[in-house]
Amino acid sequence: MKEVYEVRMHGRAGQGAKSGSQLLAEAAFREGKYIQSFPEYGSERRGAPTVSYTKIAEKVLRSHEPIVNPDVVLVLDFGIMRSIAVAAGLPDTGILIVNTKVCSAEIKKLAQFNGTLYGVDATGISLELLGMDTPNVPMLGALVKLTGVVKMESLEIVLREHFLPKIGEEKVQKNISMLRKGYEEVFK
Amino acid sequence: MSERKTWQELELGVELPAATSLGYKTGGWRVLRPVWNASECIHCMICVNYCPDMAIPVTKSEEGVAGKGGRLFKGVVRLETNLDYCKGCGICAHECPTKCLSMIREEEAEQASCKL
Amino acid sequence: MGVRKAITGAEAAAEAMRQINPDVVVAYPITPQTPIVEQFAKYVADGIVDTEMVPVESEHSAMSATVGAEAAGARAMSATSSQGLALMWEIVAATPGLRLPIVMPLVNRTISAPLNIHCDHSDVMGVTTVGWIQIFSENAQEVYENLLLAIRVAEDTRVQLPAMVNQDGFITSHAVEPVEIFDDAAVRTFVGVRPLDRGLLDLQHVRTIGAMVLPDYLLEVKRAQEEAMMHVFEVYAEAGKELSAITGHQYPFFETYRTEDADAVIVVLNSAAGTAKVAVDAMRALGKKVGLLKPILFRPFPYAEVRDALKDVPVVGVLDRSMDFGAYAPVYTEIRNVLFELDRRPTTQSYIYGLGGRDIMATEIESVFEELLSGKLDPEHQRYIGLRG
Repeated sequence: MKEVYEVRMHGRAGQGAKSGSQLLAEAAFREGKYIQSFPEYGSERRGAPTVSYTKIAEKVLRSHEPIVNPDVVLVLDFGIMRSIAVAAGLPDTGILIVNTKVCSAEIKKLAQFNGTLYGVDATGISLELLGMDTPNVPMLGALVKLTGVVKMESLEIVLREHFLPKIGEEKVQKNISMLRKGYEEVFK
Repeated sequence: MSERKTWQELELGVELPAATSLGYKTGGWRVLRPVWNASECIHCMICVNYCPDMAIPVTKSEEGVAGKGGRLFKGVVRLETNLDYCKGCGICAHECPTKCLSMIREEEAEQASCKL
Repeated sequence: MGVRKAITGAEAAAEAMRQINPDVVVAYPITPQTPIVEQFAKYVADGIVDTEMVPVESEHSAMSATVGAEAAGARAMSATSSQGLALMWEIVAATPGLRLPIVMPLVNRTISAPLNIHCDHSDVMGVTTVGWIQIFSENAQEVYENLLLAIRVAEDTRVQLPAMVNQDGFITSHAVEPVEIFDDAAVRTFVGVRPLDRGLLDLQHVRTIGAMVLPDYLLEVKRAQEEAMMHVFEVYAEAGKELSAITGHQYPFFETYRTEDADAVIVVLNSAAGTAKVAVDAMRALGKKVGLLKPILFRPFPYAEVRDALKDVPVVGVLDRSMDFGAYAPVYTEIRNVLFELDRRPTTQSYIYGLGGRDIMATEIESVFEELLSGKLDPEHQRYIGLRG
């Protein structure tokens, strides 16, 4: 692991890139790491493109720069790749995970990425289990499967902490199922 | 947004041309796409009025268009949703009294039309 | 030892306010201040604090009601940003003259126009002349501790002046970081209750607050206000020492980072100082002797102490996150003033960066260091980091 492990999430406002990167940071924080998590704010309308950052390190993080050379990029909406170079700064050895049903050649072309591209049907999982499109949670499951940067258990704990007062036990359970399904169903 | 301007090239006080939202196509924001089944439509205009993006165009039809039950609807009728501006919010499908609108996943819609 | 939490700068401010447990909080929401008040309103709703929270229809009313509560003898707080500060300016400017020790977190955001919700310091730099104590914070941890410190400094009977605690909008206010929250009981003992020698509701000593003062007295009132401001240094140092006993952290007027033997030093406020430390480390690793000076207490400004810290540095670069059109930028002006008394003055260079939330990267700060070391400087003309054209 390099000095600062950096994850960048691209999505659309309302898809949960901000809370996704925060959940990841808090899971790492639970495991004793130093963390930073912050979104880049645009015009704050549901549907507008957003980007959110998570930094994880063994030592205190002083810099407040955005992430330009991520280790992992998560793309919560494949359509965003038409207008945004999601793989910018991601080395070929890095990991790109896209919310998609199939890693077709066209998806790869859209991603403009020479390394290994992974897919997970996060929208499908979310629509099936929750009835709405919140792909951030299944995407985090896929991230854990591929990188092991945090433990699933830590994510489940922070997910519960965060969402229990807001959405209740039943939906928390559904979110945990979504997380696990994302973990299991990520593909190349 | 094209090439960003230098400070010397800016217009006074960042004045912009009017009506810029026409040139700002928000269809790319869509995760779900509305599919319109014209043969079940009664042209009640509820979807047209509820659409927050005015993305459902209408026209006046003297000769009429065929709708639900093969009936001919004359006067103001709706057309296909303008996907350049539709953000896929699904309000039209939610409000439609005949359920002639349904939301499908954008990825599937694009695969079906071989865009992907 | 406190409890470490992963929270934002805004939540850190709300945590400090929870521990301070003010009698009255009056605020109006404005991005990016909103999450402070949102979080604090939850504490009120959940009965965690005893505060009377007053939602009002504008920032002008917010500061007016805060002034009213503080004048009555309460410990009252507000919070704002940018246009909100602009709208409350009339009352903000009146507060120091009334000698009301209101403490207010300010989440720095650029002043319109053009409309922009992001960070720069044009909001606070527009009020540095009206007599509030100004404290700046690099990160969420400092936001939290500076607010606790500000209460004690502002309310001390030698001072009795209002204080703003600044943090960078979004960069600090909306970023989640580990923050150590110290023991409630210890912090509450530290902040205590407002030492009160007067108050509108004290019927034994009936008085008028906010009387009209004519030319025969106004100068004397302002001279007394200046005297109070000069007491801030000693009170800040004393209260800082007490707070250190709880936190283990130091509370200097400014922080120096690797300035010993430095050939060039950068001066910069708030979150960019954190990024600058990374740049300093990178330059030092290459054998280049550079350092950072981060002002914390900006009003009153510790001229003598900063002068002493910079007297042996050959080149000083000052990074301002706001401009003063047709004049030197605000922080640059102070640093130039600091150096005037020296016989052998460092060369200086002014830089403008980060306006309206423009990112500042460590590599850009490294380039500034390279320029400072190269000697190709023009002290009378400011330069712009990342400007097109």
